[in-house]
Amino acid sequence: MLDSIIDTSLLINFVYVISATLFIFGLKLLSHPSTARKGNLLSALAMLIAIVVTLLDKQIISFELILVSILAGSAVGVYAAKKIEMTSMPELVSLFNGIGGLASLAVAWATIAGGVNLSTFVLFVSFLALLIGAITFSGSVVAWAKLSERMIGRPVVFKGQAIVNVLLIAAIVASATLLIQQPEVTTWHYLVIGLALLMGVMFVLPIGGADMPVVISLLNSYSGLAACAAGFALENNLLIVAGSLVGASGIILTNIMCKAMNRSLVSVLTSGFQPVVTSEM
Amino acid sequence: MTAIYLLFILMLSVFVGFELIRKVPATLHTPLMSGANAISGITVIGALALAGGEYGQWSTWLGAIAVFLATVNVVGGYLVTDRMLAMFKKK
Repeated sequence: MLDSIIDTSLLINFVYVISATLFIFGLKLLSHPSTARKGNLLSALAMLIAIVVTLLDKQIISFELILVSILAGSAVGVYAAKKIEMTSMPELVSLFNGIGGLASLAVAWATIAGGVNLSTFVLFVSFLALLIGAITFSGSVVAWAKLSERMIGRPVVFKGQAIVNVLLIAAIVASATLLIQQPEVTTWHYLVIGLALLMGVMFVLPIGGADMPVVISLLNSYSGLAACAAGFALENNLLIVAGSLVGASGIILTNIMCKAMNRSLVSVLTSGFQPVVTSEM
Repeated sequence: MTAIYLLFILMLSVFVGFELIRKVPATLHTPLMSGANAISGITVIGALALAGGEYGQWSTWLGAIAVFLATVNVVGGYLVTDRMLAMFKKK
């Protein structure tokens, strides 16, 4: 059939190029008020054709689980998007963002767990996807809890927080080294994931109040970077392009939002550690 | 060598991403964030191969979970963005 005429993987990658172009146009249109809605539709179309063409992949042999997952995911997505109050939008965006991060975490984990004789490079980028995905997830959940007033909204700081953070980063580096050296030991998988989740919580805790939208924007950028890292692990061009588009535009957007509040990104991220400064206008 | 090609792609798309969002009005910040968030659900295409392939049972289940989560992100993300933008038009 089709397979005999053209190579499927060539077809898939060709459609990925079209999809990437549509994503770029979609983002471009999305940044102008008059065309924003069209841009969103265009980017949704890009996603749809990417998913459909990916299903032609010869490595995919069973479709039952995929079908069930997609149907269930769509149902939950539609329900959440339709039911939400307009005033609770930022929380929902934060929650969706966290879910996206968790998806990247699962992809990276599946790559490490299912791979045989993976190269150090693949293991390293998988670890990155795992780390960024986990930080995005737990960070977004904390941001969501703060915004929806499920937990205290103001910055949470405690004595020695900076030291704890440094120790945490050191522990992550150490466990990552173990994971890359012995990818078959599942203990390291759980260790890295646990530490990365903790890192996300520690990252968002000291930030609060009006700074939350900036953090959500930054976490949004991270979820793109997580997808991008997963793209390196799976050698998937479209994942890299779309992921880095989100990562880069997210950073720029974060920067613009900071400037709109007359603050710098560093001051937002460390706001909990600084004394309140009142400026006279 | 593949890694180098992939890095090329990364570098170029980062520049495109930077250039795209140079000037954006404040009212579009949240919809843009939400729309970009939906795009980050592109992880779903990576998850599909893992959920439908033969990489062992654990990977298959993780892949299926990833497909589910990413689909929530994609479908919900695009719908919420559309709802926000539809609200702007009425004003």
